[in-house]
Amino acid sequence: MANPKRPGDRRVLWLALSFVVAFGLWEAVGRWPLSAAFPPFSQTFLAFVRMTADGSLAKAYLSTAQPLLIGFALCGIIGVGFGVWMGLSHTVEWFSLPIFIILQAAPMAAVVPLVTYIYGIGLTSKVLAVVVLAAPVIVMNSYKGIRNTNPSLVQMCRSFLGTRTQVVLKIILPHAAAMIFTALRLGLAMGFIGVVIAELLITPTGIGDLITYHSSVADFPEMFAAVASIVLIAAVTIHALERLERRLFPPEVRGS
Amino acid sequence: MSTDAIVELKGIGKTYETGVDALRDVNHAFPAGKLSTLLGPSGCGKTTLLKIIGGLIAPTTGEVCVKGKRVDGPGAERAFVFQDFALLPWATVLRNVAFGLELRGTPKEQRIEIARKFIGEVGLAGFESSYPHQLSGGMRQRVGLARALTVDADIILMDEPFSSVDEQTRRKFQEDMLDLLRHRQKTVIFVTHSIEEAAYLSDRIVLLSARPGTVSQIIHPNVDRGNKSPDEIRRDKNYLDAVDEIWQVLKKYLA
Repeated sequence: MANPKRPGDRRVLWLALSFVVAFGLWEAVGRWPLSAAFPPFSQTFLAFVRMTADGSLAKAYLSTAQPLLIGFALCGIIGVGFGVWMGLSHTVEWFSLPIFIILQAAPMAAVVPLVTYIYGIGLTSKVLAVVVLAAPVIVMNSYKGIRNTNPSLVQMCRSFLGTRTQVVLKIILPHAAAMIFTALRLGLAMGFIGVVIAELLITPTGIGDLITYHSSVADFPEMFAAVASIVLIAAVTIHALERLERRLFPPEVRGS
Repeated sequence: MSTDAIVELKGIGKTYETGVDALRDVNHAFPAGKLSTLLGPSGCGKTTLLKIIGGLIAPTTGEVCVKGKRVDGPGAERAFVFQDFALLPWATVLRNVAFGLELRGTPKEQRIEIARKFIGEVGLAGFESSYPHQLSGGMRQRVGLARALTVDADIILMDEPFSSVDEQTRRKFQEDMLDLLRHRQKTVIFVTHSIEEAAYLSDRIVLLSARPGTVSQIIHPNVDRGNKSPDEIRRDKNYLDAVDEIWQVLKKYLA
């Protein structure tokens, strides 16, 4: 700690510097009289502090978290389960792989208005918005994790009299675990997109409400603070999951 | 067929879905307690034949009999050593060695004890809690060998076990393996593409023809290993003759 020449300390220094530069530029551009709708960093930061203090951010996130977590949990259980099933059964694979290839490539946000038509403007629609965005990537990556199993390990298990259940439980699933974790991380990233789209497009609630409301009454620092907060939360969460993933499944030990 | 045959192949043929004829009408009886090598030109289907014996691949025609009974899949009397080691990357040496017993439902303390014993015998004592990626190729294959020994099968099937091991390590490993097997009444069927390895290790060498593979000739190296050092064996006249004899046969297939 005392020695500033350690590479770790230097990295922190560069990191801090990059933040200073980025926020400094933001401040400078914000103060430039270009657009009244682009507040400088300092005002946005103050707005962020105000919104944290008066509890409006916390309240918004409590509401945003609902569809996000319900949708993500659904995808985590059903999506992973289905992806695994698809990887294990050729029939299921034959039947559903083309669908998921299309879904994964399609811009699923386009489906959100359709969801509103069918399910109205309540929580169900928002959960579904999260699901339609997150599910394809979760299913596809879980499926790939299963299909990537090293065939030699499966043969080994069979040669030592492993049953099909043992092959699945002791070889295929542990082998796919890392990839399934990746699937969940990518799925959560899509889920964040889904929930923000839902809250902007369906009915303004939670963080979507903060953004639309403050934008409509021209409280631009507040609006930017809301936008910045969701970006920050999503980025930090996904990055933390990535680090956890590297910790749980170091490259030498991960199967796929 | 001789009475002490432990593995019998009757008219084994294998045609892959792609139409490739890998094996045709392979008939052979492997005597119990001997080390037999399957040797042949590359692509002759020797690994396929070994996996058919192991019950991992189904033959298109013919049948495999082990101890006089027809078999259609893997069995407790056969243990396999894989070319690519086939170790669980997420499991320690101890769990990998005990894995065969784990699959059979052997209680944990018991299988750990057996695994420790064989880890010691293959010369890996002290590496019980290492992971495969921390070991060299030769050490990984020692784990594979220990795993095959723990299940106490009478027949050990080895698919080019030393091919991903460097030359110097291989020699030491071959000697250690002969030592390990000397006092156990094991039947070993060993696939290799190395003529020297076959002549050095085997009691009998089954030469296969080019694809579609079939038994071309049986060679008995007659190397007297009784009280000779490995280096003496490598200068033994019978050993050198066997190497030459194999080469004369194999040469024909290398056109």
